[in-house]
Amino acid sequence: MAAQIAKKSTSNTSTYAGLGVFLMLPSWAVIGFFLVLPVGMMLIYSFLTKEFRGGVIWEFSLNAYDQFFFDRGLFGDAPPVIEWTYINIFWRSIWQAGVATFFSLLIGFPTAWFIATRTGPNKSVWLFLITIPYWVNLLIRTISMKFLIRDTGPLNEWLLSLGVISEPIHIINTSFAVQLGLFYSYLPFMVLPIYASVERYNFAYSEVAADLYASRRATLTKIIIPIVKPGIIAGCILVFVPSLGAFLAPDLLGGAKNFMIGSLIEEQFKGNAGNWPFGAAVSMILLSMVLVVLTFYARQQAKEGAR
Amino acid sequence: MSEIAVDILNMTKRYGSFVALRDVCLSIKDNEFFTLLGPSGCGKTTLLRTIAGFEAISEGAIKLYGEDIADLPPNKRPVNTVFQQYALFPHMNVRANVIFGLQRLGQDETTARARVDEVLDMVQLMEFADRLPAQLSGGQQQRVALARALAPKPKVLLLDEPLSALDLKLRQSVRQELQQIQQTTGITFVFVTHDQEEALTMSDRIAVIADGQVQQVGSARDIYEAPQNRFVADFIGETNLIDVAVSSVSGGYATCVLPGGDVQFTCPAAAGAVVGHGHLSVRPERVSLVKPQDGLLRGVTTRQVYLGTDMSVDVRLEGGKIITLRLQNSEETHIPEIGDPVGLNFETGTARLLED
Ligand SMILES: Nc1ncnc2c1ncn2[C@@H]1O[C@H](COP(=O)(O)OP(=O)(O)OP(=O)(O)O)[C@@H](O)[C@H]1O
Ligand SMILES: [Mg+2]
Repeated sequence: MAAQIAKKSTSNTSTYAGLGVFLMLPSWAVIGFFLVLPVGMMLIYSFLTKEFRGGVIWEFSLNAYDQFFFDRGLFGDAPPVIEWTYINIFWRSIWQAGVATFFSLLIGFPTAWFIATRTGPNKSVWLFLITIPYWVNLLIRTISMKFLIRDTGPLNEWLLSLGVISEPIHIINTSFAVQLGLFYSYLPFMVLPIYASVERYNFAYSEVAADLYASRRATLTKIIIPIVKPGIIAGCILVFVPSLGAFLAPDLLGGAKNFMIGSLIEEQFKGNAGNWPFGAAVSMILLSMVLVVLTFYARQQAKEGAR
Repeated sequence: MSEIAVDILNMTKRYGSFVALRDVCLSIKDNEFFTLLGPSGCGKTTLLRTIAGFEAISEGAIKLYGEDIADLPPNKRPVNTVFQQYALFPHMNVRANVIFGLQRLGQDETTARARVDEVLDMVQLMEFADRLPAQLSGGQQQRVALARALAPKPKVLLLDEPLSALDLKLRQSVRQELQQIQQTTGITFVFVTHDQEEALTMSDRIAVIADGQVQQVGSARDIYEAPQNRFVADFIGETNLIDVAVSSVSGGYATCVLPGGDVQFTCPAAAGAVVGHGHLSVRPERVSLVKPQDGLLRGVTTRQVYLGTDMSVDVRLEGGKIITLRLQNSEETHIPEIGDPVGLNFETGTARLLED
């Protein structure tokens, strides 16, 4: 079988012998234009000198990175000490994105399970329902969320009228509001990959597990989760990564105290306070962090595949 | 030996309004190789699943060594299953698959490991212990499934057509292996198949099932030689069913008259046979060819088929009914040409009157 496939692919290669390079051109063009070029530009900008009112001066400088990690006093001549402001923003972002991912998983897994175990046309109806809100622009959805949860918004009014609470709960401008916003923004990215994995899960495995004396809990932790793990990990990455760089939810729902990396970067490229090299440097630091996580994950997968 | 392992009492299983199993009564003995045999869709898998606990029964009772288990979930029943499609856990290697049940039972690590080695040795898979299921052949996967189900030493092992995915040669060798394992372990086997040869060669006793009902229970010989009704006679091996008039039935024997003839004779009768009208079952190999005037029946040869060691010959009786007979393919046997008038004879003791 394998030999057959190998044979087939060699014959294909010989059919297109010598054309390989040209056939690859379109993909290289796309990758080059949409990936390498912008990221390369960012990388270069992060090592340039800032021009006031935005823009850059073409002069090599490490100032952007220096500004991120070190505090040299008001006039820049004091001995450098570690600058915690931006590192703290990073930590907060990781925490917020992590919490949002955790709750997406907590809600997304049972949701995906529920949809995948429906039969007949119900399945597609449920899938469609999940995606409906996402036909609306993210900005508008985030503003609606703000409207929903504000002190005099429908949520509080409803709870008040039910008598569950005696005065409005203050949600807006808290870190919880940001987590809620991120959760809401990216939930389908959790549901869909898990759905795809569960869809392929063979329920005979659960029966075998029960036959071999496994409790429901053991069946879940030893059989189901390990088998659908690729979907879970894909979902977590798809929620965590954009949450980490998000700026709409923290800006609109979190207020000044809940500043995240995304907002920090956005600020550098907008208006007069802008500092392009610094924004580029923050982006590069964020990107390298994400790459480290993804590489680690890929390594892990390769190791498991080899086992 | 006489203890009852699985006792199924008047059990009915419905899916909505569809009756998958109707009023099933079966007593499977301890240490027995018991086979459920029947055509596709007759309810064999459903019956097995009710014993394993995957399907709740609608009526009746199921007892395991005297204890009513109808309300126990699958993981509380000391019964293991070898599934038709094996369903090996794809993320675990062979050893992990086999040890899974032992760990769930809370066995300590050393005992469990020793037991895994023991069963892997039994199914000759020691050298594959560290492979993933995807790295095994179909036959090897089948043996892992068997080892996994045997490891916890179940009181009863259920096997749902475990050989159907294997090729003919392998199937034959695995049959013997399975029988041997059943004998050495002393575990009660409930084996499902739709292959009559498999059933006849392996089982201590067989239950023939059709349309969700048990047709007959007995040893291979009982079922082949003394079928209870038309379905069993027809399903197990080949048979000729001849309409006869029955003049008396008593003590397991009946007196019948063959069609178009005045010859009256006595033959064994099934329990449900009644006076009036009946079906006589005669196996093709029990019918012999004679001169037309000497036969119990007379007809014309219409077909002959070469089967290697045997010849199959069809004879059309005067009333239009076709009788098939089997002749040994040797120098001495006279094979009639198509169109030859022939007489057919059989020992009346080898024929059997069935319930209508
Ligand atoms: N979950 C179910 N819902 C409704 N009907 C079912 C269900 N499972 C089985 N049946 C029906 O019950 C009958 C018996 O099915 P079962 O799977 O027991 O057959 P089987 O004897 O094992 O056949 P095979 O040899 O093809 O495996 C079939 O007619 C089938 O359509
Ligand atoms: Mg079946």
